[in-house]
Amino acid sequence: MIRYFREIFEGLWSLLVGLKVTGRFALAPTVTTHYPFDELEVTPNYRGHIDLVVNPKTGKDKCIVCMMCQRACPSGCITVKGQKPEGAKKRVLTEYRLDFTKCSLCGNCVEACPTSAIEFSHEYNIAGTSRHDFHYDLVERFRDRCRTLGVEPKIADLTPVATKPKPEREKTESQGDRKPDG
Amino acid sequence: MIPRPDPTLETLVLNMGPQHPSTHGVLRVVLKLDGEYVLEAHPVIGYGHRMHEKMGEVRNVSGFYANVGRMDYAGALSFGHGHVLAVERMLGIEVPPRAEYIRVITTELNRIASHLLWFGAFLLDLGAFTPILYSFDDREYILDLLEHVTGARLTFSYFRVGGVNRDLDERFIQGTRVFIRRMRSRFEVYHKLVTGNVIFRKRVEGVGVISPDMIRKYGATGPVARGSGIPYDIRRVEPYSVYSEFDFDIPTFPEGDCFARYRVRLAEMEQSLRIVEQALDRLPDGPVMVEKVPKKLKLGPGEVYQAVEAARGELGYYLVGDGTDVPYRLKIRPPSYSNLSLLNELAEGVLLADLVAIMGSLDLVIPEIDR
Amino acid sequence: MTDVFPPDLIRLIVSFVIVVAFAFTNAAVLVLVERKICGHIQRRPGPFEVGPHGLLQTAVDGVKLMAKQMLVPRNADAGLFRAAPILSFVPPIAALIVVPFARMLQVRDLDIGVLFILSLAAVNVLAILVAGWSSANKYSLFGAIRAVAQNVAYEIPLLLSLLTIVIWVGSFRMSDIVAAQGGFWFAFTPMGFVAFLVYFICGIAETNRAPFDLPEAESELTAGFHTEYAGMGFGLFFLGEYTNMLLVSAIATTLFLGGWNGPAFLTTAGTGFWATVIQTLWFLAKVYGLIVVMIWVRWTYPRVRFDQLLNFCWKILIPISMANLAVTAVWLKL
Repeated sequence: MIRYFREIFEGLWSLLVGLKVTGRFALAPTVTTHYPFDELEVTPNYRGHIDLVVNPKTGKDKCIVCMMCQRACPSGCITVKGQKPEGAKKRVLTEYRLDFTKCSLCGNCVEACPTSAIEFSHEYNIAGTSRHDFHYDLVERFRDRCRTLGVEPKIADLTPVATKPKPEREKTESQGDRKPDG
Repeated sequence: MIPRPDPTLETLVLNMGPQHPSTHGVLRVVLKLDGEYVLEAHPVIGYGHRMHEKMGEVRNVSGFYANVGRMDYAGALSFGHGHVLAVERMLGIEVPPRAEYIRVITTELNRIASHLLWFGAFLLDLGAFTPILYSFDDREYILDLLEHVTGARLTFSYFRVGGVNRDLDERFIQGTRVFIRRMRSRFEVYHKLVTGNVIFRKRVEGVGVISPDMIRKYGATGPVARGSGIPYDIRRVEPYSVYSEFDFDIPTFPEGDCFARYRVRLAEMEQSLRIVEQALDRLPDGPVMVEKVPKKLKLGPGEVYQAVEAARGELGYYLVGDGTDVPYRLKIRPPSYSNLSLLNELAEGVLLADLVAIMGSLDLVIPEIDR
Repeated sequence: MTDVFPPDLIRLIVSFVIVVAFAFTNAAVLVLVERKICGHIQRRPGPFEVGPHGLLQTAVDGVKLMAKQMLVPRNADAGLFRAAPILSFVPPIAALIVVPFARMLQVRDLDIGVLFILSLAAVNVLAILVAGWSSANKYSLFGAIRAVAQNVAYEIPLLLSLLTIVIWVGSFRMSDIVAAQGGFWFAFTPMGFVAFLVYFICGIAETNRAPFDLPEAESELTAGFHTEYAGMGFGLFFLGEYTNMLLVSAIATTLFLGGWNGPAFLTTAGTGFWATVIQTLWFLAKVYGLIVVMIWVRWTYPRVRFDQLLNFCWKILIPISMANLAVTAVWLKL
C-alpha cells in the first residue's frame, strides 16, 4: 500500500521536475536566428562551391590549364578549356565550367591544384528554379568578382603576346561567354 | 517472408513506411498485427540504395572521400576514419601524430553529435517533442565547431589518406573547451527532463530486452551490444589510431532493454567529452599530413580489414587491392545492418508503440544499411 | 411582435451567435498561444513572420485550410467521412451554453448543467470513431479504436471526481456550484484537490492531448484518426480540440476554482455591468491559466503507452477517485 502511494508520488514529482525544466527554458531567451533577416557569420573555412582565385591587384587568374582539377574530380563536374594565344608558350584559360548539381564538395580539386588557382566560395544559401542555374561559368563569375573588387579582369586574354591588349577585343570576348549554357 | 493480408481477417498487415514518421528515412517494416500486438515484423530495406560499395570499386581512393560521409550522415567522420585507416594500413603509411589526434578529436565530437541526434529522435519516437530541440541546440555547437575545421556541417570529407586536409586553429580549440564545459552542464537538464520522467521510464524499462546470446547471434555491436552487458568496443578491444593513449571507460549496462541502451549512449557522450579533453591537452605539434603521399595510391595486391567504432557500432572496411589505384573490392560492414536484423526477433509479441521505441533505441541510420 | 419573435428566441439566437463566435475566436487565439508557448519552451520564437510577432499567423493558416480541397479517399464512406468533423466540433460548442462566465452571463442555467456537459462531451469519442472508421485507413482505424477505449475508461474517474463536488453542493446546477464557492474554492480543500487533480488528468485524456494523445500518436500512427483529412475537415477537428480544451478548463474552473469568483478578498457577487465584466475576466483568467498548463504539459512529456494508459486509469485514477468520493460522502454526513 505504501509502495503504491510512494510510486504515485514519485511519478508525480518527476513530472513536476520536467515541467520545471521546460518552464525555465520557456522564460529564457530564444536561441534561434531570424533567417533570412539575420544571418549568422559563416566561418572563413566554409567550403562552398569552387571559384577561381582573383589576384586583387592585377585582376589575373592563376590557372595554368593543367587539368589536374578536372582529373581529380570524382563526379566529373569540372570542365576546363584552354587555348594558346598567338606567340605564347603557355595555355590560357578560356573556359571553366562547374556543374554544381553533381558536385559533392569533397575538395579534391582544390587540393589537386598545383598553383592554388581555385578556392572555396562562402556561398551557402544558393537557390534556383532550374538545374541550369547551377551550371556555373566560373570565368564569368571571375569577371563579376573582379568588377566588385574594382579591378579590370584579365582572364581568357587571348591577345597575341607581343602586342598590347585591346579593350574592344576583350569586350566581345566577354559577350561571347555570356551565352546561356546547357 | 513478407506477410500477406489474411483473408480470414484475424490479423492485419500494416505497412509501416517507407514514409512513416518513426522509420527515420526510408525503411519499410511490414507488420503483421493482432490488434495492437505485433506478431511479425519484416524490415524491407533497399529504398536508399546508392551503390556506394560499387562506387568504391570504380573510383580511386580519393574519389571515395565524398562517399563515406554520405553513408552515415549522422556520424560521417567515423566512416571517413575507417576508410583512410584501411587504405593507410594497406599502403603502410605512418600518419603524423597531430593528424591522428585531430582525427580522434573530430570523430569523438561527431560521435557526440550523432548521439544527440539519436537522443532527440528517440524521444520524438516516444512522443516527446521538446528534447530534440534541446539536443539540437547542443548539436549545433558541435556542427559549428566541425564546420570551422572541416568546412562542412554534415558530410565532412575531412580525412585524407596520410592525414587530414586542414589543421586545427586556436578558435576551434577554445571553442571546444567552452563546449565541453557547456555540454557537461547540459546532461543535468537531460536527466531531469527525460531520464527521471516516470512516463519515459515506463515506456523504456523492460521493453525490447536483448539477451547477450541474441547479440552474438546477430552480430550486433555498439551501444546495442553494450546495453546488453557485452563490453565490446573496437576502441578498446582492437585499439586503432591513438585511442590506446586515452583514459576512458566503456559504459555497459546489463539489462538489455531500451533504457539500458539509452543510458549507454548518454554515458558514452560523457566519455567522448573526456577523450576530447585529453586529446586537446596533449595535442602534439607538427604536420597534419604525411610529407610525401604518392600521387597514385597503388593498392595491393593484398587485402586488409580495418574496423573502427562508429557511433552505432563496429564499422568495418574490407579492402582488396590488385595493384592498381582502384580497389578490387571494397566491402563495408555497417553497424546498423546487423542491429536492424535483431528487429524481427525482438518485435514478436510487443505492442505497436513498443516497436517504435525498440526501433528508436537501435539507432538506425537507413542510408548506412542500404548503402 | 412578441408573438412572432418571442424574446426568449431572440435571446437564444443572439447567445448562440456569441457562443459560436467565442468558440472560433478561442480556437484562433489558442492555436497561436500554443505555438508561441511551444516555441518558447523549445527556445525558438514560434510563428514570427505574419504580422507583428506572428500574431496574424492563425488568420493565414485559416485561409490556407479553407482554400484547400477536402479530399475524400476512394474507399471511404463519404457521408460519414464528411459528418465526422462536424460531429467533433458541434457538441463542445453546444456544451458552452451552460457554462457560467459570470453571474449574469450564462445562456441557460439548466438544473442538470453538469450532466448536460458530460453527455455532450461524450459525443467527441463518437466523432473520432466515425472519422477513423470511415477513412478506410488502417492507421485511422487504430486511432479510432484507441480513442474509444481511452475515452470510455477515462470518463469513469472524470465522473467520479465531478460527483465529489456535486454531492458536496447537492446540486447539478452550475450556478449553485459557483455560489457555493464564494468563500473558498473546492480545489483548496483536501478532497477537492484530489478530485481536481484526477479531473484535470482525465480532462487532458478526454481532449486526446499529449501525453494521452494516443488516437493521434504521430510517431506510431502518422496522424491517427485524422490521417486522411485535409483542408477544413482537418480544421474542424482542430477547432473541436481547442473548444474541448476550453470546455474542460471551464468545467474545472466552475467546479473547482470558484468559477467567476475572484480570490476571497476580491469576490464580487454583483449583477451590474462592471461586476459582470470583472467576473468574466476572473473566469477567463482561470480558464486560460489551466489551458496554458495543458499546453505546457503537452510539450514536456513523452506519450504513454496504450496499456499503461488504461492501467493508470483503472489501477490509480478510479480507486483514488472512488476513495475520495467515499471520504467526501462520510465527511459530509458527519
